[in-house]
Amino acid sequence: MDLQFTAEEEDFRQEVRAFIKDHLPERIRRHLIEGRSASKDDIVEWTRILYKKGWSTPRWPVELGGTGWSAIKQYIFLEEGLAAPAPELLPFGVSMVGPVIYTFGNAAQKARYLPRIANLDEWWCQGFSEPGAGSDLAAVATRAVRQGDHYLVNGQKTWTTYAQHADWIFCLCRTDTGAKKQEGISFLLIDMKSPGIAVRPIQTIDGGHEINEVFFDEVKVPVGNLVGEENKGWDYAKFLLSNERVGIARVGTSKARLRRLRELAAIAGPDGRRAIDRPRFRDRLIETEIALKALEITQLRVLSDEAAGKFKGRPNPASSVLKIRGSELQQATSELLLDIVGPYALPAQQSTDGRNEPPVGPDWADAVAPLYFNLRKVSIYGGSNEIQRNIIAKAILGL
Amino acid sequence: MNFDLNDEQRLLTESVSRLMMDRYDFNQRKTYAMSEEGFSPAMWQAYGELGLLALPFSEDDGGIGGGPVEIMIIMEEIGRALALEPYLPHIVMSASLLRHAASPEQRARLLPGMMDGTRHIAPALGEMTGGYDLSHVRTTAREEGAGFRLDGAKTLVLHGGCAHTFLVSARLQGRPADQQGIGLFVVEADDKGVSHRPYRTQDGQSAAELMLADVHVAKDMMLACGSEAGPAIARMADEAIAAIAAEAVGAMDSLVKGTVDYLKVRKQFGQVIGNFQALQHRAADMVVELEQARSMALYATMMSRHEDAIARAAAISSAKVQINRSARLIAQACVQLHGGIGMTMEHPAGHYMKRLTMIEKTLGDSDFHMDRLASDTNG
Repeated sequence: MDLQFTAEEEDFRQEVRAFIKDHLPERIRRHLIEGRSASKDDIVEWTRILYKKGWSTPRWPVELGGTGWSAIKQYIFLEEGLAAPAPELLPFGVSMVGPVIYTFGNAAQKARYLPRIANLDEWWCQGFSEPGAGSDLAAVATRAVRQGDHYLVNGQKTWTTYAQHADWIFCLCRTDTGAKKQEGISFLLIDMKSPGIAVRPIQTIDGGHEINEVFFDEVKVPVGNLVGEENKGWDYAKFLLSNERVGIARVGTSKARLRRLRELAAIAGPDGRRAIDRPRFRDRLIETEIALKALEITQLRVLSDEAAGKFKGRPNPASSVLKIRGSELQQATSELLLDIVGPYALPAQQSTDGRNEPPVGPDWADAVAPLYFNLRKVSIYGGSNEIQRNIIAKAILGL
Repeated sequence: MNFDLNDEQRLLTESVSRLMMDRYDFNQRKTYAMSEEGFSPAMWQAYGELGLLALPFSEDDGGIGGGPVEIMIIMEEIGRALALEPYLPHIVMSASLLRHAASPEQRARLLPGMMDGTRHIAPALGEMTGGYDLSHVRTTAREEGAGFRLDGAKTLVLHGGCAHTFLVSARLQGRPADQQGIGLFVVEADDKGVSHRPYRTQDGQSAAELMLADVHVAKDMMLACGSEAGPAIARMADEAIAAIAAEAVGAMDSLVKGTVDYLKVRKQFGQVIGNFQALQHRAADMVVELEQARSMALYATMMSRHEDAIARAAAISSAKVQINRSARLIAQACVQLHGGIGMTMEHPAGHYMKRLTMIEKTLGDSDFHMDRLASDTNG
């Protein structure tokens, strides 16, 4: 048992850190450090820089452009990216549809889609949730009816992140209405430029536009865009959802935010007081730091168990903690920021970028309340925290 | 980085776990608790036969050379069984003080009896006016002739009643809260002027108040002084917190398992109560707390011998705060989920709660450790 990183792992960390320092445009870093989200152009630019280095699809098999890094190195790479901070790789391609295509897709699909995902030549979005299928995802009702060499798709997806940017959407569609609800679903790849697709933006409570509704009206999808077998889509969806455990706790994001909180708390605010001198704030900051340290170790335990092949086919109790505590701690850091900025959370201001007038309050204040509002999503998406508790009760405790 | 036990460590886990399984069920524990010693001297011998009493000492000292991971393994099993033997104070804590503060000659004199189980050595460091701060020492040590004269009182000496020997901190110079000027002395229970008042603690274990009235200690029975005693005591406390964190994890693990089992058999409204989502979610929250505690117990173990005292203290305090939080949430939830039966002395749940609550109040509660973290990190 050894909690220290090996010398090789430390060297690797330095290599990643140096690469990010030398290649990440300062404009992008500054934008992210102020708590703003990365733009499409930022994400594309950074992904292509990583692609040139061979680092844009680190977890893929080596022959498909993966890096062959150990689980611990994957973690270090992720953590350094979040700590910088650099834009995150768009998960819908690299972490979601990519692995589904290389695991269940045919040779033509692999050749057609994977290189474009790796260089972010094509932007993917995820067509899973529907108005009537949220936590109960297997209730999807979007229909795909086979007609000769194509499917005719009708229905609606919702909460579709970045559909406004997307070239492609991967969809769970119902292809058999007679079967058990899990057994009549197929996994289709759909070109967003297809006639009959309409995207309607959804503005969220932070004022931002990340998510959308996507409507399908008599959309023709070639049969060649079916992944794997018809009516086996639920299996691929479960594979996809279980594939992305490592990043879900976002320990690196919360760590970076806590470092920034430490810096901001040590500066006197407009009232001349430092947040760190307020005992109640200080205690909550320290408690959040402790909880995050515990979560970081929990995450490393999960990685180490996975690398050792433990818990094969059984759920690892430690992994169930990641989503619940990870989301709670992301939210906690945003609440601490809200408490540091204090009354200057109030003004609804344009971001620094497009502003002519001086800001009201500290120049980072405008992003704080929106971040707090925005992060309420993290305990809802990816299987709400209540669903996670159901999973722990059933799969781990056998209740 | 890896979290795996090596083969010897796995073997140790199995043998301690088997010993507890064979000889520490709930009824046997009750018998041990009601005996005069408050634990099982036969079990103490069994610990010795397994090598647990010699474990923390180096091979040069005739010991086994076990490190913090081995201590963690043993303490976790002790926690799981709610074992009553004084392994934490008389082995983990005393061994740490002797490793860090005693000369080879002093160790040669004290260790053989410790390792064969015939000599119980209890650290006696805390004082009534000091709270959890072990550098707060009012007990005085006056140099006189070929030795020292000790006067004062030590409080909450864990398992002090059965101790043959005490490791006592006393002030050679300075004011009560000074970090410097403390000496560590070996005091025999039957030395003239030594008296103690033993009592039971809430968790069925025991402790004692120790009174020292003009007690003579020979010069060669002072372990450390000057700038050495304080850091040795601080190291001991950090190692002991890592150990008690592992004990807490063992106790919580056992308690959560027992509670989940109960949810699967207890029927109300014509079904097992584990079907009810409100109870399922409370059980899921216990898993979250347990895994977080387990992570921090591992972290404490890894950091407990770190050379940088400030980094070590920050890690250890963080771990204790997490352990305290998890212990309280889990103990309360488990008694609640058991309902009335959890309130009774016949059922183990409440006994786990009592031990976990005492762990919370041993070696620094959360307020103490939060203050320590705040003063270290107040940028």
